[in-house]
Amino acid sequence: MISLRASTSSLDETINEYFTPVSDAIQSVIFYSVTVAGVTFPLVVAWLFTAAIFFTLYFKFVNFRGFRHAIDLVRGQYTKPGEVGEVSHFQALATAVSGTVGLGNIAGVAIAITIGGPGATFWMIVAGLLSMSTKFAECTLGVKYRRENPDGSVSGGPMFYLSRGLAEQGKAGLGKVLAAAFAVFCILGSLGGGNAFQSNQAFAQVRAVTGGDEGFLGGGASGVVFGLVMAVMVAVVIVGGIKSIARVTDKLVPFMAVFYLTSCLVVLAANFSAIPGAIADIFAGAFAPEGIAGGIVGVLITGVQRAAFSNEAGLGSAAIAHSAVKTDRPVTEGYVSLLEPFIDTVVICTMTALTIVITGAYLGDDTGDGVQLTSTAFETVIPWFPIVLAIAVFLFAFSTMLAWSYYGAKATAYLFNESKVADTVYKVIFLSFTVIGAAASLGPIIGFSDAMIFAMSIPNLIGVYLLVRVIKRELTGHEKDLKSGQLQKVKVH
Amino acid sequence: MSELLLVGVDGSPSSLRAATFAAARAMAADGGCIVVAHVIDWSPFTPTTAEDNERRHVTRQQEIDHAMRDIVDPVVQSLTTEGLDVTTAVRHGHPAQTLVDLATEHEAAHMVIGRTGESRIKARVFGSLPMSLVQISPIPVKVLP
Repeated sequence: MISLRASTSSLDETINEYFTPVSDAIQSVIFYSVTVAGVTFPLVVAWLFTAAIFFTLYFKFVNFRGFRHAIDLVRGQYTKPGEVGEVSHFQALATAVSGTVGLGNIAGVAIAITIGGPGATFWMIVAGLLSMSTKFAECTLGVKYRRENPDGSVSGGPMFYLSRGLAEQGKAGLGKVLAAAFAVFCILGSLGGGNAFQSNQAFAQVRAVTGGDEGFLGGGASGVVFGLVMAVMVAVVIVGGIKSIARVTDKLVPFMAVFYLTSCLVVLAANFSAIPGAIADIFAGAFAPEGIAGGIVGVLITGVQRAAFSNEAGLGSAAIAHSAVKTDRPVTEGYVSLLEPFIDTVVICTMTALTIVITGAYLGDDTGDGVQLTSTAFETVIPWFPIVLAIAVFLFAFSTMLAWSYYGAKATAYLFNESKVADTVYKVIFLSFTVIGAAASLGPIIGFSDAMIFAMSIPNLIGVYLLVRVIKRELTGHEKDLKSGQLQKVKVH
Repeated sequence: MSELLLVGVDGSPSSLRAATFAAARAMAADGGCIVVAHVIDWSPFTPTTAEDNERRHVTRQQEIDHAMRDIVDPVVQSLTTEGLDVTTAVRHGHPAQTLVDLATEHEAAHMVIGRTGESRIKARVFGSLPMSLVQISPIPVKVLP
């Protein structure tokens, strides 16, 4: 065990030594920061927020106008009898939500409140509401330009709308470059943020509830063992093709999400009298924060940044998951996808935030960071909650890893022309990062991979801006058909 | 006057008896016709994986083809179909509700199904196809043992 520990740490050091300069250079480009009104923030966050505002205005607040219609679509009220048995809107949404709901909802929110105070909650909700329009735009394109493969399966996502959509507009060269750039960023991002970071955090929380350093996972090599177990579980699904595990996870994630929300409500109910005060804190903190670096702008940026981390709107990942729906109206899937940031950010993140604010957990001196802060907030009312939280974190991490392995595999397939060898190589690399994530503290690799996940938004959003008229055309046509009664609800049971 | 009968089949011996019964009844009527229908139990609200989703269009067609080949066609072949107009249907959905939908679409006058044979406790807890069909069907339902 000692030699394993020694070799792990020397592996850390070796990798860090060679990788740090590369990672730093790339991070300084992607997370290039500017200082406005005394607050420093990465431009990429502004890039995502601007897109969310632009799409909200351009599509005339489709995020609010289309909400009811989105729910009707998910309920199957527009599914024609001939389409029954195909992927339903609900299934596409549930698959995408399983991939998105993750540590961002638990750890990210805690970080936002630690840095930005209660007011960050308000801006996080605002950002969540606006980014519904971004999701709408990218997922509409995902379905519109998906490809039907010779074997009858479908492939979609930014790789396809960038290459095929821009080719339609006579920009084939640009489209190919953007699509390839997106695919490369997606592969690299899937290894770290969608994988190593998840197994790392899952291990941290499981270790914490089993007694920390003193517990049975306290030993030096336990990270490797934990990582190997997770990697085997992922391998069974993505290499072994044992889909039942994935299905079980996908069934458990909504259940855990509901359980998590119920627990939040229990905490809120127990502190019922403090609710008005907490809401007042959130509003006061949003517009007139005290003791927060950068004042109102600082709070705003913290909220926006965490919302972006959590709901992935603008990165293009969800467009891959949503593109499997069989529909002759791509915009319907756009409507459905706008529910995703709503569920993720406006509902789940807000509940986490309220819980932390209402219990005052963030006011303590030694509150821990990320998941630990959320855990502390819950512990004040339900003592055994950290254990449930550990199970939730594990499941959320696992489902996020499965989702990102899929995104990465699709990007690999696009780049290497559906090559089986490339697919296997990618999966082996993916699995080794699962182990590395749990076993080692590889700051530079995680930082690099985070940068790659955000880098996806650059080619993706350039493409969405260029194709914005196509989306508008689809939207206008659909709205006209709804109004004229050409598209009518089907009887649902 | 001819009456259309819809018979629900699932490959079980009792559903075969139901089909035979329905065919005989239809034959007795002048120019009778029957619809032999099978429903693939499927819900739009079951979680799936991304891989399931990308192949779903193909899988769905395979499910329909298999059901037709293994369940519906053998029933049709076993019937004395001379002078009988037989239509077939395979559809995904909630079994009872989808049978009712099919009956409505085909303007069936009666529905015939076989008993599914759950134990009494199981039927109490989970319900059974005949029970739910009897509850929701707008037309008479005949259940064969």
